[in-house]
Order: sequence, then structure tokens, then C-alpha cells
Amino acid sequence: MQLTLAHLYGSHMNIYGDRGNIISLRQRCAWRGIELRVLPVDVGSTIDWAECDMAFFGGGQDSGQSLIADDFFQRQSEGLARAVEHGMVMLAICGGYQMLGHYFLTHTGEKLPGVGVLDVHTVGGKQRLIGNIVIESKLTQLGSTELPTANYQLPTDIRLVGFENHSGRTYHGPGVRSLGRVLVGHGDNGEDGVGGAVYRNTIGCYLHGSLLPKNPQLADHLIRTALQRRYGSSVSLAPLDNTLELQAQRVMVERLLA
Amino acid sequence: MGLASQARSLLAVSAGKATSAISRTLRLGGGTNAPGTFARQVDPHVLERLTAALPGGVVLLSGTNGKTTTTRMLAEVLRASGQRVLHNRAGANLITGLTATAIANADGLGRPRADMGLFETDEAAFPQALAETHPRLVLIHNLFRDQLDRYGEVDTVAKAWKKALASLPATSTVILNADDPAVADLGADLTAQVRYYGLDDPRHASGSAAHIADSQFCRRCGAPYNYALLFYAHIGHYTCPRCGHCRPEPDVRLARLDLHGTEGSQLYMTYPGGAMELHLPLPGLYNAVNALAATAAGLALGVEPIRIRGTLENFSAAFGRIERVQAGPDGPPMLIALIKNPVGASETVRMLTQANREPRTQNPEPSVGNTQYAVRSAQHTNLHVLIAINDKFADGTDVSWLWDADFEGLAGRVAGITVSGTRAEDMAVRLKYAGVPSEHIRVVPESAPALDQALAGLPGGETLYILPTYTAMLELRAELAGRGWVRHFWED
Repeated sequence: MQLTLAHLYGSHMNIYGDRGNIISLRQRCAWRGIELRVLPVDVGSTIDWAECDMAFFGGGQDSGQSLIADDFFQRQSEGLARAVEHGMVMLAICGGYQMLGHYFLTHTGEKLPGVGVLDVHTVGGKQRLIGNIVIESKLTQLGSTELPTANYQLPTDIRLVGFENHSGRTYHGPGVRSLGRVLVGHGDNGEDGVGGAVYRNTIGCYLHGSLLPKNPQLADHLIRTALQRRYGSSVSLAPLDNTLELQAQRVMVERLLA
Repeated sequence: MGLASQARSLLAVSAGKATSAISRTLRLGGGTNAPGTFARQVDPHVLERLTAALPGGVVLLSGTNGKTTTTRMLAEVLRASGQRVLHNRAGANLITGLTATAIANADGLGRPRADMGLFETDEAAFPQALAETHPRLVLIHNLFRDQLDRYGEVDTVAKAWKKALASLPATSTVILNADDPAVADLGADLTAQVRYYGLDDPRHASGSAAHIADSQFCRRCGAPYNYALLFYAHIGHYTCPRCGHCRPEPDVRLARLDLHGTEGSQLYMTYPGGAMELHLPLPGLYNAVNALAATAAGLALGVEPIRIRGTLENFSAAFGRIERVQAGPDGPPMLIALIKNPVGASETVRMLTQANREPRTQNPEPSVGNTQYAVRSAQHTNLHVLIAINDKFADGTDVSWLWDADFEGLAGRVAGITVSGTRAEDMAVRLKYAGVPSEHIRVVPESAPALDQALAGLPGGETLYILPTYTAMLELRAELAGRGWVRHFWED
């Protein structure tokens, strides 16, 4: 089996170890004999979004974000929005998450447009929200695909652990569900305890860390969803030994909640 | 200076000295910052006053990686030329550390017991250090992502540096790394005199673009640079195809570099009016570039080339940077190499894997386009490594950087890896995804048992390579000192 992942502007949007998410998806596919083809989407690239099973959009420096914004809106946003509507699996972190929303209102009052794929908007703040973060997520309720098959037990509640570092405050509209409840840290805006947004099979959040390596349940959820969408709902994921990953997750959750 | 402010300054010096003595007596550590903090409360201008009294002026050195080693090299070079140098050698590079260093080197009347001040300076502290010390010479070595939770983004740091450098007068000199576009561009439109150094040996081009390079896009117009040579990260020979912005021609060039495993390297440098060849007893490309930077600064300060060469040939690195330690009188050798950010960690991994792959080669002649600079022998899979990752404030509380570093080079090369530190588990996951089999990864969070287990698993004749973050290195070094294997760092 093969999956195709579009990596949006990896050479500009690659801050805080976000490439760890790609490494995680690629390795967890490879260990199961699934080939993950990574399509780099750079300034000027032409992408057939219909062939993409997954997409990843990380965070970047302000300069990186402004260098890719025009290209993204002119060349990719329409195809990407359609793919999201059709259930493409997407993970967007920080800057990538913000650009999927309606707009970003900077603290100087400038309104930078977003794609509007996610019903969220972001307001720039002066104080950066920085630190370890834990959110409690009901993974089984994510997305539109069916529940996992019998040979793989997905916990109903998992605690996702990461590190956030953002000045933007993201607020949700009625068109998205929350990825989880913030147990430790600031979350999307530091006010309402919401951590991350979900719409169809797209997830946006502020968890660097990297997110997927230490939260293998979420990584597998994304892979399974993409596989079932491409190859049918009977496809199941072979189990992997997650001892090291779950230990890393548990150690931080326990330390932060202590 | 008025009488009142003079008295205040003197009081600050005394207060700082007292704090230092108390700190050491109570074993609170080396007393490298606290005296500075306290003295600055008494007299906020104490650093400015003390450094203004230095007849030979002040030299500041900043950058992400290599500043401790480079500053130390330069300090030795200046001492060899007969200068009395005050130097924050314990690596206390925040403004309080600079202040503490100046106080420790002042006499009871607040007069410096040195000719020159030489300070390695934290990236974030650099603008304030420059404003307070009015340096005659500044060297900026490189700029990589490092502790983004603390310093902010690379562009933010570069902007702050640029603003600070713009305030320097024409009598000051700024020395910049030509190969780092973000650093080289700082030289544009300065009043101060600008000099560049750079690596000119094409055999060290890695040939592949790094995925985490921070400044691979033109500083002026945003287009991706074309690299004729890319050494690592975004360091190399670059030209912007759109606006033509390109690497400046260096004044001091490392024209030929031959790496000799973990032993050291042979450097051939040229400068206006001369050239020198020397053997550097430190391994790796980055240490050679540190020596190049120290040479450029030494020459700019008027040191005789022969003194620079003699000093560098007998140089030993600062504690924990690249340090060889024996585990007791009959114990095995250990090599400690600090890792603290993605580029530094990647380069250290590259040094280890290359050093243990390549036999010592006869100096091959460099030739343009020839990227094979050493004979490859069969790969060894016998590396024994201890990696210690902490997430304390001085390390950076965000360990996301582990995913920006290339540990992939260790896959297939390690016989055993012990991971320790407050983020031992994160490191274990990183190694697993880098391709190191889980069964080769031993997780031992506490430093003393980690060291014991790593040594216990070491076959005879092998070296234990220890890669700690900053505070993990301090812990480990305290442990080694407790066992009588090394001295305490403030005695170093």
C-alpha cells in the first residue's frame, strides 16, 4: 500500500521540530510495509490535490510565512480546501493552523486573510504563550471515518503532550469541534481551555514537540484514516511496539500534572 | 566620573566580590553570575565603568555555536602576545556574567588588573553588552536556531544584532563569518570597519541541502540562494539569483582543511600579506572554523601570526566542549562533546561517525569539484554513546529541537546508546525514529547510574562518547569531579 503526503512549504515552515511529524508518519508507515510518498509543496509547485491522502503544514518564522503566503493563496489554497472537504487527512501546526482559519488580526490591527477551511480566526497578542502543554482528547470522536477495527485498541481518552510557542490567539466558530481540553498550558487562546480544532479529517493545533512522535495514538489515527479512505474501511493497522513512545508521553504527562 | 558615582561603583565592586566569596564558600557553584547580579543592583553602570578603564579596550564575541571555544582560543592567543586579558572563561555569558568577570578582575579600588576585556556574549545579551562595553572589536560567528523558547526566532536575533552593530563608530572593527548569509549581511552599511573570514576548501561541501537551514533565503529579497558550496546547515558559498546578493570575499580564508578523525585537523589559512599552516588538536569541521575565526580576530588585533599558530597548536578546549577524560587511572577513555541545538548536534554526530569511519589520510590535494575528501573504509558499528538531554532553563525548556537535529547518522553505527537526563525518554524516541533499534537504547534518567551503565557496557579498547546538553554536562562533570576524574569547572 502507498500513501501520498503533501508537505506544505517545508523549507519555510519548519520551526520547532515540526519535521518530526513527517519522520513519525514515514517511519510508522514503513514499519508496516506502507510506503509514504512525501510531495514537497514549495513556492511555484504544482500539486494534484486529488491524489493526496494526507497533508502537513507546520509553523514558521514570520519571514518564512510572509514569503509563502502569496503562493499558498494563489496556487494551493483552492485545491487544498477541496481536498479537505473530501476528507483528506491533514495536520496543521501553529502558523499552518492559523493560515487555515478565516483571518489573522495582527496586534497592529492588520487583517491577514486565511483560507477559511477551518472555522477559526486568530488575533495576535503581545505576550507569547510558551510552555509544555497537555490536552485531553477523545480520539475516537475525531473525523468522519469509522471506529478502529478489532485488532487495535484505541483508547477513548488520550492525553496529547507537546510544547506550544505562539503569540496568536485562535478562537473557534461553530464549524469546528475541539481537539481536546487543555489540562496544562495555554491552548488555542489561553482563555477558554480549548486545545486544537477538528473539521472533517483535518486537525489544527499549537502542539510542537514534535506532536506525532510522542503521541503515537494520534499518528496512527491519521494513518488509519488515510488508509481507510483510500483502500476501504476494512483496512486495519498492524500493531507496533510503542513502549518508548508511550513512556515518553507518560513521563511528561505525569510530571506536568503532578 | 563624579565622586558619588565613583563611590557607588566601588561599593558595587566590593559587594560583588563579597558575593563571589560567599558563593564559593557555601559551594553554591562557581560564583559566576550572582556577584554580577548583586553588583548591578548597587551600580547599574558598574560594567561600563570597569571596562572603560581597560587600556586595551573590549572584544565581544557572539554567535550560536562555538563561541566558548573561539573566545578561549582568542584569549590564549592574546595572552601569548603578552596581553593581560580578562575573559569570562567559565562561559558566564549573560550581562551578569560579564559584570561578575569584570569585578573579579578589578582590584580593591575598582581598577582593572588587565589590559583587555574579552567576552563571549549570549545572543540575546549582545546588544546590551555592546552598549555597555563600547567594544573595539566584535566578532559574530554564526546564527542558527537555538532555544527558540528563550531567544525567539532567528530573524529577531539578527535584527537586534544589526541595530546594535550600527551604533559602533568607525574606530571599531566588526569581523563576520562570510559563509553564514545572516551573519555576513550584518556587515552592510556599518560605520565600523568590516572584515570577513570564510572556508574555501570545496572538499567539505556536503552536497545536500539541510532541511532545517534557517537562512537559506536571500536576506534582501527572499529568493532561495544558489549554493556553489554548502558545508552544513545554511553555511556555504551562496548567491542570490534574483538580486545578486552573495557571499563577500573573505579577508582571512581557510584554504585547505584536512580532518584527522577525533585527533584533530590540519589547517592552511591565508590572510592579507601571508599564510600559515597549523595542526589543531581538536576534531571536526566546526572547530577548524572556530580556529579560523580566532585567527581573524587575533590578526585584526595585531597579534603576530607565529604566536597565533603556536597557541592554536597547543590548544585544549573548554570543559565539556570537546574534552577527553579518562574514567579513573585504569579506566577507559571518554570524549565529552556538548550538544545544545540542532546544527551543533548534527555536526557532532557527523564528526563522530566520520571520525570513526575514516582512517587517517595523507593530506590529499584539494581540487575543485572533488567532494571525496577521505578514503572510506568499512563502517564500524561499534560506537558507544551516552546522550544526556535536560530541559532546564539554560538548556531551553523546549526539546522540539531534537527533531531538527540529524541523529540518523547513528543508525547502523552504534553498538549501544544510553540516554539520560530529564528528557531521556524524548531522546530515546528520537533515536528510535532515527533508525536505531529499540533494543540498543537504554533509558537511565539519572546521570550517575547512566554513566555507570554506559561504562559497564563498554568493551575493552573502546571510547565512550558522551553528548550532553549544557546542564546535563554540568551534572555529569560534577559526577566526574566527585570521582576524581576531572576538576571542578571553576578550577578549570
